[in-house]
Parts: sequence; C-alpha cells; structure tokens
Amino acid sequence: MNVLDMIEKEQMRADIPDFKSGDTVKVHAKIVEGQKERIQIFQGVVVRKRGGQNRATFTVRKMSSGVGVERTFPLNSPIINKIEVITKGRVRRSRLYYLRELRGKKARIKEVGRR
Amino acid sequence: MERGLIGRKLGMTQIFWEDGSVIPVTVIEAGPCVVIQKKTVETDGYNAVQLGFERAKEKKVTKPLKGHFNRADKGFFRILREFRVGSPESYEVGQEMKADLYNVGDYVDVIGTTRGRGFAGVVKRYGFKGGRATHGSMFHRAPGSVGSSAYPSHVFKGKRLPGHMGSERQTVQNLLVLGVRAESNQILVKGSIPGSKNSIVLIKDAIKM
Repeated sequence: MNVLDMIEKEQMRADIPDFKSGDTVKVHAKIVEGQKERIQIFQGVVVRKRGGQNRATFTVRKMSSGVGVERTFPLNSPIINKIEVITKGRVRRSRLYYLRELRGKKARIKEVGRR
Repeated sequence: MERGLIGRKLGMTQIFWEDGSVIPVTVIEAGPCVVIQKKTVETDGYNAVQLGFERAKEKKVTKPLKGHFNRADKGFFRILREFRVGSPESYEVGQEMKADLYNVGDYVDVIGTTRGRGFAGVVKRYGFKGGRATHGSMFHRAPGSVGSSAYPSHVFKGKRLPGHMGSERQTVQNLLVLGVRAESNQILVKGSIPGSKNSIVLIKDAIKM
C-alpha cells in the first residue's frame, strides 16, 4: 500500500461510530483551560461530513439561546473523547445548509423509520 | 559529529498532535545509506564522507564505478552524495546509516531541487503585481519599464526579467522531526520541502539551532 495512505490510516480512530448528515449526535470534546482539562458536550445536528482518511471533518449545528452555533471537528481528532449518536435523521441531501435559514418547527428533522 | 542522510521525498500529509492540533508533514524515505568513501584534507584537500543510497543492479553500474563501490564492498548504489564533515575518522567505510539516526524532536535542514517551472514571466518568477485584467487595461503580466532614459542609458545588471525558474538547489532550515519510522526508514518533518514527489533530498543536522 501507498506509504502516505498507511500513515493516514494509522492516524484514524476505530472507535468512531457511523453517522450521517441529519443525525443528532453528542460530541464529548476535551477542552484545556489553563492547566485543567475537562470535557464539554456539544449536542446538535450533523449538517456536513467531508473529506476522507484522517482528513475527514464533520460539522454539528445547535441552537444555543436562540443563536445558531456550528462547530466543525476533525473526525479522528484526539480531542474527541467520544461521539454518541442520539437519533438517526431522514434527510434527502448530504449538506444541510438549508437549516441555517430555518428555525423553530421548520428546522426539525424526521427520524428514520417514523412517519 | 555532523550527520546526514540521503532520502527520497514521498509526499505530504497531516498528522494529529496530542493536543488535537493538526500538523502538516512531509514524509521522507531516508536511508539506508552506506559510507562508500572517506575524504580527508591530506588526500583530497577537504573532509567529507560519500554516501550511497538505493541499490543498483550490477549491470547498470559502469566498470570504473564498480571499482569504486568494491572498496566499500557493500554492493552498488544508484545515488552518491558527499557530506562535508569535520572528522571523517569517526566514520567507517561500509558503515550503514538508517532513518533512526534522527530522533523525534531533532531539527534538520533539508536540501532538494525545486520543481522546474520552465521559462517563467516576472509575475510568477518574482511576484510582480501585473496589471488589471479588464476595463480596457492593456497591461496584464508584462514586466513594465526596465530602465530610465539618457541616464543611465542601459539596463542595470541584475534587473529582474523573465527567464528560467525552478530546478534549483534549495535548502529549508530548521525543520522539526515529528516522527521516525525506523522499520520502514521514514522520517516525518514538519512543513514542506523543495522538489516533487520521488525527488532526491539531503537531510542534515540543522546548522542554526
């Protein structure tokens, strides 16, 4: 195998669950404040997954006190403690940028398997 | 003791550091290199060691070079490069050096040959601004005026003009070694190095650290 592919594969984590755009996830991210390290949970809808190998990133969108907040994480980053998939969403596109224009009831995403 | 290796640039990628930061790295296949010859002030007028890199088939080597390689008796090599060292006595002819010569955290200088750009204009070659593309501009990527008039009535030497660009020897100093993969002889250095993939590079101890 190509040497660069091998190096990139080594950087990848095996413990990342499978999720897609539209899913609601809880990201447990490590945060360093001065000397202390703590874990912050960021819960929201995955609006984008991009890139391959160790370069992949994903973006999570949540509403925080009425303001939309999007945060992009490298998928294989060591700062991610774990990712929990809360619900699987049924969406018809891979990039959910349209959520930025919607709020409230219209910004909901149907769950897989429910009508 | 100055150290050095001959290597081949394999390409660039990125790695994660413990704190979560993403660092661009260049992967270099470094070594194994074999000392073919020691040069000393008494015999050659200067101190150096000559290293060989990458095995060559016997039939690809000319007779005069065969004689040269046979002194080291370590087989034939495709690439020979010299490294100036203070004391060639500390090396043995036939001694083999691998990527584990370096450790994570060392600083190195990497020398390579830049990618050839052919005959390049002043915008690419020297970063001239060029002119406006539209709105009736008739001045796009030309060098502009190259001199004055009656005085000095010639173009100054060294005036930056179009010409051949690239394919030059270039050194990048103080690159941090971020990884050494001894089993496959690979070194990961932080940042970019000159040359295309599969080009030959020289790795040396950083002289300015």
